[in-house]
Amino acid sequence: MPFIPHTDADVTQMLAAIGAPSIDALFDEIPAALRSGKLTQVPEAMTEMEIDRLMQERAELDGRQLNFIGAGAYEHHIPAAVWQITTRGEFYSAYTPYQAEASQGTLQLIYEYQTMMASLTGMDVSNASLYDGGSALAEAVLMAVRAHKGAMRVLMPKTVSPLYRAVVRSMVKNQHIELVELDYDRVSGTTPVPTADMGDFAALVIPQPNFFGALEDVDALTDWAHAHGGRVIALTNPTSLALLKAPGQWGAQGADIVVGDGQPLGAPLANGGPYYGFMTCKQALVRQMPGRIVGRTVDLDGKQGFTLTLQAREQHIRRSKATSNICTNQGLVVTASTIYMSLLGPQGLKRVAAASHANTRSLLAQLCAIPGVKQAFSGHCFHEAVLQLDRPVAPVLAALQAQGILGGHDLGADYPELGNALLICATETKTAADLQRYAQQLSLALNNK
Amino acid sequence: MLIFEHSRPHRAAHAQMPAHTADISDLPASLLRQDEPLLPQASEMDVVRHYTRLSQKNFSIDTQFYPLGSCTMKYNPRACNSLAMLPGFLARHPFAPAATGQGFLASMYELQEMLKDVTGMAGVSLAPMAGAQGEFAGVAMIRAYHDARGDHARREIIVPNAAHGTNPATAVMCGYTVREIPTDKEGAVDMEALQAAVGPHTAGLMLTNPSTLGVFEKNIQQIQKIVHDAGGLLYYDGANLNAILGRVKPGDMGFDVIHMNLHKTFSTPHGGGGPGAGPVGVAARLLPYMPVPVVARENGLYRLLVEGDIPATIGRMSANHGNAGVLLRAYIYARMLGAEGMHRVAEFATLNANYLLAELQKAGFDIAFPTRRASHEFIVTLKKLKDETGVSAMDFAKRLLDYGYHAPTTYFPMLVPECLLIEPTETESKETLDAFVTAMKTILAEAYATPDMVKGAPYTQPVRRLDDVKAARELDLVWQPAD
Repeated sequence: MPFIPHTDADVTQMLAAIGAPSIDALFDEIPAALRSGKLTQVPEAMTEMEIDRLMQERAELDGRQLNFIGAGAYEHHIPAAVWQITTRGEFYSAYTPYQAEASQGTLQLIYEYQTMMASLTGMDVSNASLYDGGSALAEAVLMAVRAHKGAMRVLMPKTVSPLYRAVVRSMVKNQHIELVELDYDRVSGTTPVPTADMGDFAALVIPQPNFFGALEDVDALTDWAHAHGGRVIALTNPTSLALLKAPGQWGAQGADIVVGDGQPLGAPLANGGPYYGFMTCKQALVRQMPGRIVGRTVDLDGKQGFTLTLQAREQHIRRSKATSNICTNQGLVVTASTIYMSLLGPQGLKRVAAASHANTRSLLAQLCAIPGVKQAFSGHCFHEAVLQLDRPVAPVLAALQAQGILGGHDLGADYPELGNALLICATETKTAADLQRYAQQLSLALNNK
Repeated sequence: MLIFEHSRPHRAAHAQMPAHTADISDLPASLLRQDEPLLPQASEMDVVRHYTRLSQKNFSIDTQFYPLGSCTMKYNPRACNSLAMLPGFLARHPFAPAATGQGFLASMYELQEMLKDVTGMAGVSLAPMAGAQGEFAGVAMIRAYHDARGDHARREIIVPNAAHGTNPATAVMCGYTVREIPTDKEGAVDMEALQAAVGPHTAGLMLTNPSTLGVFEKNIQQIQKIVHDAGGLLYYDGANLNAILGRVKPGDMGFDVIHMNLHKTFSTPHGGGGPGAGPVGVAARLLPYMPVPVVARENGLYRLLVEGDIPATIGRMSANHGNAGVLLRAYIYARMLGAEGMHRVAEFATLNANYLLAELQKAGFDIAFPTRRASHEFIVTLKKLKDETGVSAMDFAKRLLDYGYHAPTTYFPMLVPECLLIEPTETESKETLDAFVTAMKTILAEAYATPDMVKGAPYTQPVRRLDDVKAARELDLVWQPAD
């Protein structure tokens, strides 16, 4: 049998040791009526060679298109060493590091990761990861409400990813938390500082860059939230933080909690996962943080070592009073991310961010030179932007796809007020020829209509 | 040494980054970062060597036997990894049109179908990214079901006191209160307590079967009748699904909703703490509430069903398609097992557990529920040893590390004093189990002869026992440069 090493002789000896006549007899406490019949929807076993062939064919079918979609998942170059080391059996097949002495590799790596993320976001502390950017935002909302001990409202700009907002809604709706939507300025594509009385609120979410790629006035928004008694949850793209002001420096006091998706730091697009959610915060909030946290300490001989700490927040200790039900996180992707950040360093990450931004800007210039195409918003953007077309987006994207180009993300369903709007992104992986090819094909697609 | 201590100003892995810094002068200075983030400045070899060495400080399934109860640390086949990482799968953007992802979507659809069959449920959603998220989705569906019927009085979830901590934590996240019920001497749900607990306020019961005590709930048919007669729904925590995989279907036991931990039962890697995947399966009455996305097959083409297709959905668990790459690994594993192999999983997991139990009992260990058949795992209690020598289950577990075995789960479930929860899984050979028994016997003898030595273990790991109190009191969570 696949992955079962027992010989017939083993089985005979083992049953004799147990004193059972057969393997069936080991199930004698289970009511006989519950025994399942034959599985009908599970095909016969494939050998490794056969499944290899099948998966090669399927992967081939999905092929490679020239991708200009961002919208929360970004195609960056991943150095070869990242996943080669990450998939070493000692990382890949290890359990959660509860036995600290036998898990120093994973634990030290997480401590290094926490250090990098705290610095990148300008915060004091970081956890070991959450599931993805959307669920990390939901956990930040819950955390801000817990910490506020009063207000059950959180201000959520419409410039936050519609999918993230959907995740937050499904995770907090049973806890009496009200999400107050903040509309955006149609000219700049950013969130205006509220002028009306917003009442009591636990936190304001500030996306930077926002879902449109536009840069919010983070200083003014942060100061406004703090002046009105709410905390600030920053939602950021970690690559952008090599260039953009860290949330810890926003406004007079800085953001309080920072979350986002760690995917751009070494995780492939991979049909949407696994990615990971990161969360960092100010020291004062550390005991409200969900998820695992690693601390440095000493062993019996006074030697440096690493261990999971503050476990009294977690479900396996606090049960119904835990800060979250989270247990497993995204450890392996964090491993990849830590190696990615170590290889790129401050200079490399800055170059990736700058090249992505410059490519997007160059693409924008070429596309906006085509009749019937213009940029939707006036302000500054970072490595992603919204185009407005003079006709429906879907057939244009289909025409591009026929040429092997994924032309961007159609905003029509989520932002009908923007008309024929298309969100585009060109990371550092795109060459000048790639950009040109997109521009030529878009021009053809629009002229043919 | 930390990676930061390998760092030198202006050292870099030049081949791994863009050759130049592009012009960003269009961005206003007020939005730009002034300080440099604390990331390592190191060569490629520095980084490769550092993290390779760190990996060598870990125990893992690939290097050690890992009899960690409740965690199902079975072998993770290598082909599952290499085939899930084929370039065609890795390069696809989650927002790319379905037409460009038919290979991936076909695999997901077939995985849904296989999971439906093996669990006996009417529908499966692959959306939840871990067991705890699967639990959240499951309990949220129970709530959506009662709410849709206007049955708003049902505000309580019943949980046996042996349950995983995620169960009560999840119920609270779904806005429910939790009532714990006791377990009897045989490790079974206390039926009188259950009967007394149910009523018009009961939203549902969350149950692990076999339970966390390593025994099958023999009264499951009666339990399901009590809960259903009271108007509640039955939730199956799939933590121990490996014990019945291919043998008993949760749907046949009367469960309305279940989650599976693919990182346990379907052999996807634990990865040092994730990513997992926690698909949910539902009975027909909960189909309208499944979390999105769900993969559908229409006219030979696959596509994702989203909010508009399942209007009463409890919503989204992740921005995209859950932990897609983990799901692919589970799919590949299931195809290599095949129907016949899947029928054998529970059988050999149970054979290994009962053999290990018998051998340890012969070696003088006390079994927590000696009159019961072990499922895929069982509990040894070291209370007598602790009373006689002062050596605790924790000490014993740490000493096992010195013998090259990962420790079993200790102090869970909390009902059994000084417990070791042992789960060998079906992928371990008789020789491995025999060698483990030898190590257990040796440590038992050591505990009586030289208890202080055992209490000081481990001695062979990169560090000795760590000061957890200091770690929590003098929080050191990020490294600070000396200057």
